[in-house]
Amino acid sequence: MSEKIKHYSGEALKSADIEEGRVPTEKCRPKAKFAWSAGMAMSRFLEELKNGKIIATTCNKCKRIMVPPRIYCENCFKPTDGWTYVKDIGTINTYSVSYLAADATRLKEPIIVAIIDLDGASESMGIIHKLGEIDPKEVKFGMKVKAVWKPPEERVGAITDIKYFKPIKEEKP
Amino acid sequence: MFGKKRVAIVGAGLTLFRRRLKETGKELSYEAAKMALDAAGMELRDMKSVVMGTAPDAFDGVHMKGEYLADGAGAYHKPYTRVFVGGGTGVFTPLAGWWHVASGQFDTCLVVAEEKMSSCYPHPQYAFTTIFDPILERPLGMNLIWIFALEMHRYMHKHNIKKEQIALVSVKNKRNALDHPCAQLAANITVEDVLSSEIMAWPVQRLDVSPTSDGAAALVLASEDVAKEVTDNPVWIDGVGWCIDSTLWTNRDLYYPDYVECAARMAYKMAGIKNPPKEIDVAEPYDPFDYKELHHMEGLLLCKKGEAPKLTAEGVTQRDGDLPINPSGGLLGVGNPIAAAGLMKVCEIFWQLRGEAGKRQIPGDPRTGLAQAWGDLMQYGSVIVLRR
Amino acid sequence: MSEVAIVGVGCVGFRPILPELSYKELMFEAAVKAYEDAGINPRKDVDVFITCAEDYLEGFSIFDEFVPDQLGAVLRHLFTVSGDGLLGLATAYMLIKTGQFDTVVLEAHSKASDILTFMDIVAFALDPILNRPLGGHPYYVAGMEMNRYLHDTCTTMEQCAQVAVKNKKNALENPYAAYGANITLDQVLCSDTWFYPLKKLEISTPADGCVVMVLASENVAEKLTDKSIWVKGVGWCTETPNLETRDWSKTVYTRLAAEMAYKKARIHSPWKELDFAEVNDLFAYKELQHMEALKLCEYGEAGKLTEEGLTARNGELPVNPSGGLLGMGYGLEASGMQKLLEVVLQLRGEAGRRQIPDAEVGLAHAWRGIPTATGITAVLSNVK
Repeated sequence: MSEKIKHYSGEALKSADIEEGRVPTEKCRPKAKFAWSAGMAMSRFLEELKNGKIIATTCNKCKRIMVPPRIYCENCFKPTDGWTYVKDIGTINTYSVSYLAADATRLKEPIIVAIIDLDGASESMGIIHKLGEIDPKEVKFGMKVKAVWKPPEERVGAITDIKYFKPIKEEKP
Repeated sequence: MFGKKRVAIVGAGLTLFRRRLKETGKELSYEAAKMALDAAGMELRDMKSVVMGTAPDAFDGVHMKGEYLADGAGAYHKPYTRVFVGGGTGVFTPLAGWWHVASGQFDTCLVVAEEKMSSCYPHPQYAFTTIFDPILERPLGMNLIWIFALEMHRYMHKHNIKKEQIALVSVKNKRNALDHPCAQLAANITVEDVLSSEIMAWPVQRLDVSPTSDGAAALVLASEDVAKEVTDNPVWIDGVGWCIDSTLWTNRDLYYPDYVECAARMAYKMAGIKNPPKEIDVAEPYDPFDYKELHHMEGLLLCKKGEAPKLTAEGVTQRDGDLPINPSGGLLGVGNPIAAAGLMKVCEIFWQLRGEAGKRQIPGDPRTGLAQAWGDLMQYGSVIVLRR
Repeated sequence: MSEVAIVGVGCVGFRPILPELSYKELMFEAAVKAYEDAGINPRKDVDVFITCAEDYLEGFSIFDEFVPDQLGAVLRHLFTVSGDGLLGLATAYMLIKTGQFDTVVLEAHSKASDILTFMDIVAFALDPILNRPLGGHPYYVAGMEMNRYLHDTCTTMEQCAQVAVKNKKNALENPYAAYGANITLDQVLCSDTWFYPLKKLEISTPADGCVVMVLASENVAEKLTDKSIWVKGVGWCTETPNLETRDWSKTVYTRLAAEMAYKKARIHSPWKELDFAEVNDLFAYKELQHMEALKLCEYGEAGKLTEEGLTARNGELPVNPSGGLLGMGYGLEASGMQKLLEVVLQLRGEAGRRQIPDAEVGLAHAWRGIPTATGITAVLSNVK
């Protein structure tokens, strides 16, 4: 009974209370390490990235070309039917200019992240990656971008084998 | 079909929401649970089952933290279950309480939601780095704010919405929170304040975002028979809904939350609601970011797609408007201890429908209210419909 | 109120390691089997999906995110229970009992081989202020418990070791078991003492696998199949998370869970009325402790019954005919589902060379492992 309650529990602390040792604390860093099996779909995907190619899987029932690839179609709930390459060119579906690193610390130079719908895949089949060689102010929805790959000898079979995507000029008619 | 058993809320409890509280997670759970029991005029021994809602273990820094929190939540020697659907957990937890009672297996259920984000040190953001796919996403150094920025930007682009329109939500909610005794970030701010606040990941700025918090909330649920014994003023859980969308969020058009619509339709069907904007008197949609309130109003079918900013600008969503939205002050104003924040919204609807919301009370004798939360990788919706 | 039936089961594993499949693909394969077994299309015929998982066993902060696609649950009604698969069964049971849902899918898995620091994660479940700073391998908690149990009941180390011998032998007949073996009592007793008095061969080893089940209300079950297995009663209980205040000898969590399940299932004399039991045996002594708390026998008597062979597969009350966790491998949050799977297969008469003749009523039991005191019990029957 909100209006009848006069007291709500809770004793607020400040960061300084912890930093300056005014309250007792117990610190522990968890040792939680994992090595996930990439599985059938992602293993092939990563192998192909090493070759500088992006591979997708197809479903004959809903006719979708799906990237990232998967061994089952989540729509039809059946195994996918085949593998096919899609282009390393795509369209910006949405983007953000981030001033934050993963740990919420502030970046000096912002990074641009985007969902890129890849050409050759079904509609709205995007992957997330970074944009480069472009001023944040120049980025537009619907802009065409192309993958910039690491040199073959530096690729390890990881999503970061693509350094970033950069804008390409639309072909003139 | 078998007749539906009605389940009532007969008591609610809440702690302060703050960036960092001295109490442990167990202690916070206890404080909220005890307040809810006192409000219901009941004892722990009257509780036949207990449900816990709490978000990632990485916050509290304990593996299997549902087990760890059990005694604080009043589960000693009792049937006890923890449910977990990311940010959707807070509103999902009373749904789990609902089926404990609606199944006829228990007369009562104590529902507790807790979050102790500050234990994740120095910043709770660390816990969020492991919500992403380890192969496709983590190597990019993902930050939680990114994905919301991408969604917000898509939503703005699709409907041609300006940041000024979205900032109105933050202004409203932080002002509403001035009347909430537990609020962490209540303030009188202007649209200009929001637009000139620090850019985190464009278009998300500092004042578009709810804080990280510690806190807990609790409800006492009872069967119809028990409810009528302990109170003249029960609030009924008439509709429950939940839904999850695909993990592959980069394969979806983020401008509209289909999963929220799916969850809402499930709850509306159960509650017999055909025209949500007419039949819902007050709503607490999930607002960890200001644009999410708008996004969720649309997903909840409280207005047409792209129409929420207009309603907000017209004042429809103010406490004295035709459709008050987040009269509590929401996550933007009261704070965001994830699971506890969702349950705080259900507490608010409970108090509003009982006419006990004090300075926050909306006019017009509300009879039907709704709370909703959202979670996972922008893919989860949980909805509860309450009636007096 | 509708009765609740299990109408489909699917299992992949259990194996020491399943490196070729990701956890998603593992879940997909088990789900396909379960849906095929039940004769349903998950995209149309399922009202609710439940997954049972803990974040730190998966390596994610919100594992719920990574579940829907491989179960056919995209844009459907799915949620996570942070608990053992049998707690998921309790949840599915309640959902169907509300009368609002007819078909519920239940999933739990273990991809233990993905975890490089499993014991550090178990240790991370200890109380962060009182217990964790003491360090050490967290299974010392089991050593303390076993010691107190032996002290209180006069159960012998040989009797505990006999559980490991029996279960690993049973597992030899189970295609879903990872660690079947013909070992002798001496081999167990002479294996290294890891947490006195607990021996190396009395500790279950983790394994990879996944179990998916389809549950249905009476009406739907009767349309789908004539081999429904009925959930007669479920009970669950959390004693206390505190090591300092628990009963170290009698597993109160299991006694209370069993009383709740027996009450619903109208079981008065478990030893007589149950045809077999699948009991948590994460450590060999736990099978004995749990048997007593489940009232299969008197307190302190389980060791003797085991020694006399009454719990062997051809005994009076077979316990863990599947091979248990000692034989099948420890399936983490799927460990209750491993028990449930065996109960379903036995009651269907599909347990192959492990088949117990004329089995009609079976019990599945789970415990959430170190350092918890949470247990779940379910009674099932092939007679409605």
